Parts: sequence; structure tokens; C-alpha cells
Amino acid sequence: MSLLHLAIIAPFLLAVFVPILYKHMKKVHTGWFVLPLPILLFAYFVSFISTTSNKQTVTESFSWISALGIDFTAKVDGLGLLFTLLITGIGALVVLYSIYYLSKDTEKLNTFYVYLLLFMGAMLGVVLSDNLIVLYLFWELTSFSSFLLIGYWYDREKSRYGAQKSMIITVFGGLAMLGGIILLYIMTGTFSITEIIAQSDVILSHPLFVPALLCFLLGAFTKSAQFPFHIWLPDAMEAPTPVSAYLHSATMVKAGIYLVARMSPVFAEHSLWLWLIAGFGLVTLFWGSFSAVKQTDLKSILAFSTVSQLGLIMSLLGIGAAALHFDNIDPALFTVATTAAVFHLINHATFKGSLFMVVGIVDHETGTRDIRKLGGLMNLMPITFTIAIIGAFSMAGLPPFNGFLSKEMFFTGMLSILNMDFNWGILFPVGAWIASVFTFIYSMIIVFKTFTGKYQPEKLEKKPHEAPIGMLISPIILASLVIIFGFFPNILSNSVLEPALQTIMPGFAFDVHIGFWHGFNAELLMTIGVVVVGILLYLTLSKWRSVYGIFPEKLALNRFYDNGLDWMQKGSHSLTNSYMSGSIRNYLAYMFSFIIILLTATLFGKDAFAVNTENVADIGPHEVILASMIAIASVAIMFTKTRITSIILTGTIGYLVSLFFVIFRAPDLALTQLVIETISVSLFLLCFYHLPKKLTDDPVSFKVRNAIIAVGVGAVVTLIALSAHSNKLFDSISQYYIENTYSEAAGGNMVNVILVDFRGFDTMFEITVLGIAALGIYGLIKLRKTGGKKL
Amino acid sequence: MKTNDLILQTATKLILFLIVLFSIYIFFAGHYTPGGGFVGGLLTSGAILLLLLAFDLKMVQNILPFNYLYMVALGLLFAIGTGAGALLFNTPFLTHAFGDIHLPVLGELHLHTATLFDLGVYLVVVGVTMTIIQTIGGDE
Repeated sequence: MSLLHLAIIAPFLLAVFVPILYKHMKKVHTGWFVLPLPILLFAYFVSFISTTSNKQTVTESFSWISALGIDFTAKVDGLGLLFTLLITGIGALVVLYSIYYLSKDTEKLNTFYVYLLLFMGAMLGVVLSDNLIVLYLFWELTSFSSFLLIGYWYDREKSRYGAQKSMIITVFGGLAMLGGIILLYIMTGTFSITEIIAQSDVILSHPLFVPALLCFLLGAFTKSAQFPFHIWLPDAMEAPTPVSAYLHSATMVKAGIYLVARMSPVFAEHSLWLWLIAGFGLVTLFWGSFSAVKQTDLKSILAFSTVSQLGLIMSLLGIGAAALHFDNIDPALFTVATTAAVFHLINHATFKGSLFMVVGIVDHETGTRDIRKLGGLMNLMPITFTIAIIGAFSMAGLPPFNGFLSKEMFFTGMLSILNMDFNWGILFPVGAWIASVFTFIYSMIIVFKTFTGKYQPEKLEKKPHEAPIGMLISPIILASLVIIFGFFPNILSNSVLEPALQTIMPGFAFDVHIGFWHGFNAELLMTIGVVVVGILLYLTLSKWRSVYGIFPEKLALNRFYDNGLDWMQKGSHSLTNSYMSGSIRNYLAYMFSFIIILLTATLFGKDAFAVNTENVADIGPHEVILASMIAIASVAIMFTKTRITSIILTGTIGYLVSLFFVIFRAPDLALTQLVIETISVSLFLLCFYHLPKKLTDDPVSFKVRNAIIAVGVGAVVTLIALSAHSNKLFDSISQYYIENTYSEAAGGNMVNVILVDFRGFDTMFEITVLGIAALGIYGLIKLRKTGGKKL
Repeated sequence: MKTNDLILQTATKLILFLIVLFSIYIFFAGHYTPGGGFVGGLLTSGAILLLLLAFDLKMVQNILPFNYLYMVALGLLFAIGTGAGALLFNTPFLTHAFGDIHLPVLGELHLHTATLFDLGVYLVVVGVTMTIIQTIGGDE
């Protein structure tokens, strides 16, 4: 295990100690123990920049399930490094912020930081794994930790609803992705991304190419909240604000983008990849920004804004793929789109992170996030206001912030579609422009509705004042980055952007230079248009707001989700109720009928039935006597009138069977059977107390049904026993055990050596099952009274 | 379920120890002759069960104040721990080791890690059986 693996696993290791630290160091906020880790990891990963900027990669392998091609291979390349820096860098800032955001006296900090660390480790695993199965494992772990974090305040109904929604949608996509991974494995015979990329020619011509592509896109679209799967993200805002800033804007939701970027070398040659990603991205971009303007909750605005920005990055990645698809057009026209995507990814993390933290501060200090109640906070919270201005203006695409640069590049990328021979291409720049207008409007709403206008202290729960300095540090750092990247974007070009781009599109030359001034070109005119129209629309917002009333609620995607969930719950409930009668006798009837059907079908379907009387030993008189005694006892049970008699008769059958084992010289079996029989009869006697005194007199039809099933089971088992003896397809394994029991396992009793040594794994799981059964019985009986709730 | 059966109670006091001793013998003998952790565990449970039938549940709980669910957990730990121990010696999970040791009083001993694994089975079986019996029997 290398240092790189240790870095990925470190958050999990620390998570083990967090509850202990929380319990024994109550006086110190648990966040202080967590904070050093992301800082250390950030420093560690920064040291890789010199390697990746020289177009080198670092690969460390750790053998895990090598037999199935699953090894924990960690690979640091440009793309992975960019994400690790985001995860650890924003992670450190978020942990610092959370120390002031979450009170150590009232919140369950142990669970919070365990979940957060779980997420951090999982996310690092996603972006550094070269093995797709390992990636998938970490991928689901991010969904899972996100579920836990959204439901952190689990006593709120909305938190539980949001957590469940995000889980259902992202895990659905995750499973689709697993399907895609398996399809890729079928095509290439490997799970390693590096090796799969090397075989991209084989994959491209394979009939399974399109299904695999669709599966991967489902995974990416659900994770990155692309239309129509975006509905989980606004509900995920029930999580504490540091979580929203970290998972649901800066890192986890970008895992889908990461996946698209990572798999680009495999899929991007196909036009379907291009159009699906660009198309869905554009629709998401538009729908997100359009819906954001409607919201009145600051976090909801930011949620829809995140949806929209993710769509923006996604559509840029789609257009960038055109460089691979069109051979006759200069690829540089399209690669600028990919550059814009990666650059905007970083910018989005900075400005959206700072805005989330600002909203958190506003919420923390005033007790509300409703823009109808807020207003006039500018004088009370000057620093927060400044940060909000920087973040929101960057998001709106105004100079001199980094958002302006990536927005210009975004327009360039969108305009490049016009170079393709495609009639509807004009839709892309037009859609992008309209979406940018809405982006401008909601950015203004965030700043001006909160910080200017009329101050309404009577509507606020608390008396607002500036946040403590600790809470301001993180957003200040992010806001400074917004300005620094705005003025000096090229500090990122060589160090981070180019290596990442090289990974997404190997084989293309990237020479990234980002500048402010390109003359009066179409992009600048578009930006000016956005600002002018945006200001006009913002000022007249109250006049056209009614547009949002046009769409009927019935068609809303959320309604569709809720109804679907409701329908599934009701459907499965009625289906289950139709056969779960609560009577164990019925369940046994189901099981035995199923056994009869399954075994008969297999026996005759496989043509396995045969009777062969060769090599059969003579039947002695004592065997006949034993067998007839068993038969008599079995028949007698049916005619007993009292329960005690039937229990004793059942015991008799068991003891007679153990005598058979004695005759056939199986002392271990005989011994076990004897003891088991003794104990189960005694257990019956213990239960006796709870059972009704008299055996019930059942209707005849019930008895006939049971008789048919009983005879059926008996007949099937007999037929199988006969066939099993008559078909000897393989040599018996007993010879192996006879030869090896003493030499390999140094034991004399073959049965026991098989149990503890040769088949030790089986035994281990069997006793585990036994333990679970005991827990189940214990739970069923003990918890029945205290709970008092009908399940 | 209060019983007052003098003959059964007197006999139990004697027979109990015989069964327990026999179960311990069966447990150790399992490696060479019929027996093993599973039967041994069942026999021990049988002994406790006899005690339970002769006296009442409360008294047995006072005599043997175990939480049998912990016994199940302990047994599983033994079994999985024996298996995982092999990993420390760079051998696959559940590889057993054995060897002969000469001790001053006991003489030549043949030791085998499978016994530890079997002890896990024994504990789980006793724990499971007694958990089931106690919960069902103790349910009023």
C-alpha cells in the first residue's frame, strides 16, 4: 500500500476516531480535529502538480480481487488532480466554516463529521481510481454519504424526503453505470480505464457501444442533476449549508461531469455522445436558470443555479467532443469549449462556494432565507455583502471576475457550433444567451433582494449582525480566488488546466491563454446584451413574474416523482398484502408448492430422471422394520387429537432417522441428529405454553390442499433420491477427502475436518446465519411488547 | 412454569456435570473421532436445557448469568479471527496451522488452529440455542 492509497483511505481512518474524540473531548469543537486532514491532503496533492504539468502520471496499484480483474489502482493525472485539489481545498474551507456554523452544544457533531469524512474519502476514491469497479464502489459511497448528510436533521420531514429522493435518483443512475461498466468489460475484458481507452477502436465498432454509452450517461446525468433528473438537488438543500456548499455545489454533483470527462476518450468519437451531452446540458442550463428566478428561498435559488451551471459545463463538454467527431473542421474551434468547461468548473466551485457560505451566514444571523423577509442588510453585514457582490457578479459573468472569463469562453464554444453543418445549430448560442440573461437576473436577486431595499427587522427571528470572523474566513478566501483567477487566469493554465484537458482529450495540443480583451467580437456583444436585457428584466420582474403561473403544476416533474413513488408504495403494499396472510401454515404451503414445482420442472426438464438398480445393497430386515416404523409414526401424527402426542411422534421419527445413520455407519450424523432431536422436542415443550390447547379442526378443503402438497413433496424427494443414486456423472469427492484429510489437515475425523478446514468458509457463514437467526427471534419476541407498533 | 419434581431435580444435579464433561470431551475429540464443535455445543445446550426443565427459568438465569447474544458474538469473533489470523502470515484467509508441542506435564500435544475455529462454532451453537430457548421460554 502506497502513500497515495493511504491518502485516499485517510478520511475513512480518521472517521473511526471522530466519535471517540467527540465523546472524550467535549470542550473542543470536533471540527478542529478534522480540519488538519484536508489541509494536509491538499498540500500532499499540490506536490503532484509539477508531475502532471509535465504530462506525467503516477500510478500505484494495490492488489485486491485480482482474480476478477479488480485491483485498487490509484492513478493521478491532470483531471484527477484537478478534482482532488477541489475536494481537499474546498473541503478544508468547508470544515473550517462548519466549525462556526454548527454549534458544538446542540448539534450531533460526531455523526456530521463521520459522514463528511466518509464523503471526502469516497470522492477522492472516485476521482483517483483507475479501476471502474472500485470507482463504482466509491461512487455509490458518495451517494450514500450524501443521503446521510441531507438527512442529518432527520427529525425534519423535509430532510428525510430530500435524502430519500437523492438516494433513489442517484443510486438508480449508479446502477445504470454499473451496467455500463459490465458492458465495457464484456467488450474489452478489463476494468482498467487506461486499458479500456487503449482499446477504444474495438469499443467503437462493437454492437454494445450505444447501450454502454447510454448507461454511463444515465449515471453521469443523475449524479450531476441534469434535466430531468435535477429534481433531487433542490430538495437536497435541506442539508446543513456547509454540506450544500461542499457536496451539492462544489464536488459531488461534479462527479457526473468527472465521469463524462473521464470517459470522453472512450465514447466521444460517436456523434450520440456529442448531441446527448450538449443537448441535455443546454436544456438543463436553460431550465435551471429559468426556474431559479421563480424561487424565493435563497438556497433554492442557489440550487437551481447549480443545476443550471452544471448544465453549462456539461454542454461545453459535449461540444468539445466535436473536435474528435468532425475530422474536416479545425479541432481548435471545439477544444476551446472543453477548456471553458474545465475552467468554469473551477470558477463555479469558487463563486458558488462563497455564495453558499454567504447564504449560510445570512440564515445563521437572521434566522431566515426567504428573500421576501430579507432586505437592507448591507449596512449591518458589510463584509458578507462584499463577498456576495463578488460571488454573484462573477456568476452573472461580469468583469473583472473569473466568471466573466469563462462566460466569454462559453459563448465562444456555443458559437463554434455554427461551424458544423447543422441546421438547428443556432439554437445553442440562442439558448445559451437566454439562459445567461436569467442567470444574470437571479444573481442580482441574490445580492439586491437580500442586502438592499427595505430592512424589515420585524420579520426576522434574530437581530442580525455581522458574522464572527471564523465564519467569514472561508468565503473571503473563495472570494479572493474569484478575483485572483479573474485577473491572473493563466496561473491555472499550465499547472492545472492543460494537464486536465490532456487527459480528457488525449492527442490534442493545448496551449491555454486566457485574456480579458479580444476586441469587439460576438462574445462581448452577447455579454453586453445579457447585461442590458438582464437589468431591464430584473427591474420589471414583478410585471412578468406571472409567466411562471402558466405551467400547470400537474406537469411538474416533482409531481411525477411523488406520484410514482406513491403508486409504487401502494402497488407493492397491495401486492404483498395479497399473499402475506400472516399465517405460517400458508407460508409453508407456498414454500413447499414452490419446491415441488421447481424440482419437478428441473428433474424432468433436464431429463435427469432415471432408475438404476445396479450396485444396490440388499435390504436387511432391520432396515425394513425401521422404515415401516417411521411410516407408521408419520401416519399416526395425522390422526392424533392432542398436541403433545404429535410432538412426541415427531421426536420418534427423528430418533428413528438417527438409527438409520447408525446402520449406515455415520456416527457424526447420528450423534448430531440425536442431540438436535432432543433439543427441538424440548423447545417444542417450551413453546407448548403459548400454543392453543386443542388442535384446530380445519375445513376439508384445507386438509385436501395440504395432503396434495405433502404427497407431492414426498414424491419429488423420492424421485430425486432415486435419480441421484442412478446418475453418477462425476467421481465421488470422498476419495479426495480420504486421501488428504490426514496429510493436509492433520485430522482423523473426515466430517469434522471438512467442517472446520476444507469447507471452513461455509461453516463460518453458517454460524453467521445462525447468529442472525437468533438475533431475529430475540428481536421478534422481545421488541414486540415495548414497541407496541403494528408493522 | 414452576415445577417441583424432586427426583428430576436430584438426578439433574448429577447428570448435568456428566453431560457437560461429555460435551467437552466430544468437542476436543472431534478432530480424530466423531464429535466436534457443533455436537459439543448442542450437548452443552442440552445440559442447560435439562437444568431449565428441572428448575425454572429465573433460577437458571441466576446460576448462569450469561448474555447468550454476547456468546454468539464472541463465537463469531473466534471463527472469523482464526480465519483472519492466517492473513498475518501471508496465507489465504482460513488457512489453518498445526504442529506438535512437548509440554512438561501433559506430554506430547498435537495443537491445531482448527480447534480455535471449532471453539467459535461451539460458542455460537450454545449461544444461539440458549438465546432461542430463553426468549421463547421466557416470553409470558
